[in-house]
Amino acid sequence: MTDAPLPDQERRGIIRDSLGVGVATGAYGVGFGAVSVAAGLTVWQTCALSLLVFTGASQFALVGVVASGGAPLAGALSAMLLGTRNTLYGLRLAPLLDWHGARRAAAAHVLIDESTAMSVTRESRTAARLGFLVTGVSIFVLWNLATLAGALAGNALGDPRQYGLDAAVGAAFLALLWPRLHKRSNQLVAAAAAAVALGVVPIVPAGVPVLAAAGVALLAGALMKEPAR
Amino acid sequence: MMWTAVLVSAVGCYLLKLAGLSVPSRILERPLVERVADLIPVALLSALIAVQVFSRGHELVLDARALGLGVAVVLLLLRAPFLVVVFGAALAAAGARYFL
Repeated sequence: MTDAPLPDQERRGIIRDSLGVGVATGAYGVGFGAVSVAAGLTVWQTCALSLLVFTGASQFALVGVVASGGAPLAGALSAMLLGTRNTLYGLRLAPLLDWHGARRAAAAHVLIDESTAMSVTRESRTAARLGFLVTGVSIFVLWNLATLAGALAGNALGDPRQYGLDAAVGAAFLALLWPRLHKRSNQLVAAAAAAVALGVVPIVPAGVPVLAAAGVALLAGALMKEPAR
Repeated sequence: MMWTAVLVSAVGCYLLKLAGLSVPSRILERPLVERVADLIPVALLSALIAVQVFSRGHELVLDARALGLGVAVVLLLLRAPFLVVVFGAALAAAGARYFL
């Protein structure tokens, strides 16, 4: 792991890619704002969720439980269950980012799916930190602005699906997974994880399928004998 | 009650994030933890793709997003840059919804 400064070209590439993910993901805040207000939360409560909880699946889980008539605290428990995903991400990123004290405490707030995905594959610490920060901060800013806009405008602003942004997020995740699919064992784990996730979609709360897929990684790691790299 | 739920979620989710970053590094030095930590992004990214593209609520669906993902695969095989892959998929899905 090197701390060497990045060549300009690589630096610009990471910033450009990270901002791209930030824009595609942040725009989804409009959907969250609209759904949350429709579920009966106030604009302030909706904005507080995006500012303070800041992990999309957990936020959607909370307002989803409330919308279906569940107790707010039951919604909070679902949100935390989904938040355990970020603990796994942090476990993976801690040695890579190597931040301590106040920096670690601040970085933890923007530790989400996308900031992890945009940093975990980098070859140097400098590159990993840059991908993490640009992705995390750009999503944080856009997600919160979009949440406010969505909450204020309700459903009137229209559907991000109209612009194909829902397909863009899947494509972004695939592009990030792609370099890891050279290894046969990774292909098998990826296929099994997708199958498990889709298999449980009909029967478990939203967001849990992704957690179930983490079980595939646990199982495969326990069964594999050779080192991962 | 709602504000309590909002604040409980905020504190809980933040502590879960911080806990992951704060685990002592000696725990990561075990081969099993290292293998699992390496496989977790593969499994989670794959599951995120599957759920994002092929489900809506509790239903499995095949719609314009699958076409977008197919276009992404072709672009990746052609070694297209990241943003071309991402917005190529968006364009394909938006186009399919508009014309079909």
